[in-house]
Amino acid sequence: MSPMRAVLRRDIALAFRSGGGAFLATAFFATVAALVPLGVGADLPLLGRIAGGVLWVAAALSALLSLDRLFQADFEDGSLDIIALAPLSLEATVTAKMLAHWITTGLPLTLVSPVLGLLFNLPVEGYGALVLSLAIGTPALSAIGTIGAALTLSVRRGGLILALIVLPLITPAIIFGSGAVLAAVQDTGTAAFLFLGAFSLGAVALSPFAAAAAVRLNLAG
Amino acid sequence: MDFRVARGEVLSLEGPNGAGKTSMLRLVAGLLPLTFGRVSFRHGAAEISDPEERGRFIGWFGHADGLKAQMTAAENLSFAASLYASDGDVAQTLARVSLTRAAHLPGQYLSAGQRRRLGLARLILSKRPLWLMDEPIAALDSAGRQLAIELIRAHMAAGGMVIAATHDDIGIPGPRLTMGAS
Repeated sequence: MSPMRAVLRRDIALAFRSGGGAFLATAFFATVAALVPLGVGADLPLLGRIAGGVLWVAAALSALLSLDRLFQADFEDGSLDIIALAPLSLEATVTAKMLAHWITTGLPLTLVSPVLGLLFNLPVEGYGALVLSLAIGTPALSAIGTIGAALTLSVRRGGLILALIVLPLITPAIIFGSGAVLAAVQDTGTAAFLFLGAFSLGAVALSPFAAAAAVRLNLAG
Repeated sequence: MDFRVARGEVLSLEGPNGAGKTSMLRLVAGLLPLTFGRVSFRHGAAEISDPEERGRFIGWFGHADGLKAQMTAAENLSFAASLYASDGDVAQTLARVSLTRAAHLPGQYLSAGQRRRLGLARLILSKRPLWLMDEPIAALDSAGRQLAIELIRAHMAAGGMVIAATHDDIGIPGPRLTMGAS
């Protein structure tokens, strides 16, 4: 097994064990999404209109939940030193961790989203767009989240700072993601998907370099 | 401060708490950047001073154990073997450090001494020429100390190098570097 696959497999395995964030993020996503219709009331046309926006915001918040431990846990128990000395560039390491984060949060969120669409009375035309927009956009959440996690890896209680760093940076994903769902419902074109895809690709391409630089900085501190 | 370690040699770093022994090990490993000065590693005819390239020759036995509480001893060691692309046998190495019976215990149930033994197992598997050891015999019982010293001797006999930061005399003759003596 290559060193990069070893990191990927270990991080996925840890996410599904005690203290891991895999089911937690999905459960949080479902809970937030289930609470909103209770708060807004039984206005079916209104719920159908806000479905994309609410689900996208809920997805962004639940992706944040497990991010603060992404590097911090390895930093505290000394694993990060072991990994830094492995025959693997830090860029490859953070890519593996980013991918593991997406597989254990973004992917399950995407898969359960149609069920939550039902709670919002999402029109039939919206389901494909909802799943597709989350599939395209959640990698951007993991990518930018990885940069934030790398920056705050040595900060005690870094989770709050992490949210303040990451949330403003992922606004384009929320705007274009929810816009894509709304556009599908109102049949006003697919431009939002293109912007979402461009943003996501840019974030995924940039993240390994930015996050690896941040990890180096923190190890040196 | 100027020192060198030759093949088959153990350098002991000595000094009071806070003298900078751990920082010195991190500098040599390239985990801490140098403000000034130079660390280089001679490999054949090549002189390697890039810290990340140098890291490929280093076996790290740090102060923190680097173990995952949720993974068993065997899983922790298998991960290290894959991470370092080692062809060593995990079960055999566990037996070498007398952890066969603890192989299926999760990291959180291992005692401090067992965790250090697992760290020694990782050093063997990493097959790196330069071992950097922070307190190599702390927390170990007398059999464990004996094991650590045997492993260091075997590593030296095979042409390896060791830099050990230690308070206790490990009973292996070699150069000593005293830090923070004022």
